[in-house]
Amino acid sequence: MVLSLGLILLCQLVGEAIAHGTGLAVPGPVIGLVLCVLLLLVRDRFSRRMPVELTDGTFEQTGRGILSHLSLLFIPAGVGVIQRFDVLAGNALAIVAALVVSTVLSLAVTAWVFSIVAGRAE
Amino acid sequence: MNHDDVFALWVYLARTPLLWLTVTILAYCLCDRISAALNRTPLANPVLMSMCLVGLLVRVSGTPYPTYFDGAQFIHFLLGPATVALGIPLYQNRQLVMRAILPMLCALLAGSATALVSAVTIARLLGAAPSIVVSIAPKSVTAAVAMGISGRLGGDPGLTAVLVILTGIMGAIIVTPLLNGLRITDKRARGFAAGLAAHGIGTARAFQVDPLAGTFAGIAMGLNALLTAILVPLLL
Repeated sequence: MVLSLGLILLCQLVGEAIAHGTGLAVPGPVIGLVLCVLLLLVRDRFSRRMPVELTDGTFEQTGRGILSHLSLLFIPAGVGVIQRFDVLAGNALAIVAALVVSTVLSLAVTAWVFSIVAGRAE
Repeated sequence: MNHDDVFALWVYLARTPLLWLTVTILAYCLCDRISAALNRTPLANPVLMSMCLVGLLVRVSGTPYPTYFDGAQFIHFLLGPATVALGIPLYQNRQLVMRAILPMLCALLAGSATALVSAVTIARLLGAAPSIVVSIAPKSVTAAVAMGISGRLGGDPGLTAVLVILTGIMGAIIVTPLLNGLRITDKRARGFAAGLAAHGIGTARAFQVDPLAGTFAGIAMGLNALLTAILVPLLL
């Protein structure tokens, strides 16, 4: 459990280091996601020489543990809304219209393009 | 305990991170229960309910947001590791994912451009100030990344975080009825759209409905964070 958590943090740390060190536009945690996939590829390549915790499903369980309560993680930033009532109220029309229309459009376009292309390919 | 003692105790507790950390976690547990009891109906969104409940408590107790955040930051911090952990379902489903690589890339380009251009255009047309337009632009991207983009380009990262959360909640609420209405039944397409338009909150919603949809949502969230970080500076 602790090793798994440590490795997930390590992926993020290296990701942040790469992002800041190279000045790439790619966010650190996203590079960390890629590193996590690479880590799993390496693990399955050399599974016999790996620590037990990495191969007995504990790593997957730890990740699932964090992801199963993804909603919780957004609450602290969301509560920040209490600080921004004035800005939100002052620009209510522009903000509400932009968020609603853009969210509906992007959901529809994304799902539609995906299913059209997938339908053609399969 | 007389009134002064109660006040002294409150002053002590209000200054430790423990109080608001506990409140945030318990409020979430309560709201998640309510959401489950209502069969995960989209409107009973756990983030929305928890945000209202905790926000109300913070407001009523007269606590400044930075004091609240001192406690809640331990939860906020986990957004980074959670993004990394999305690599795990991605790896487990890698064969399914590789088979859908072309639809994913097409949907990513179309969806990311739509999210960005429509939000910026509408905000500008309705007369929002430039700093607000910049703060709105990355609204479909996961909080930590969006705040970075907005801050670098002269937006307000705090406002961006709020807009990101509002977008996520809205996306998570409308994705199911909207895509049912459009008769899009492919779980991969539905999940991918939720993650692209509504980042982690959409991804959490997708995982509630179906693990495969959740996996594609996670990929979309990661890819869109990447692409938006590149596109926003080009567009603004």
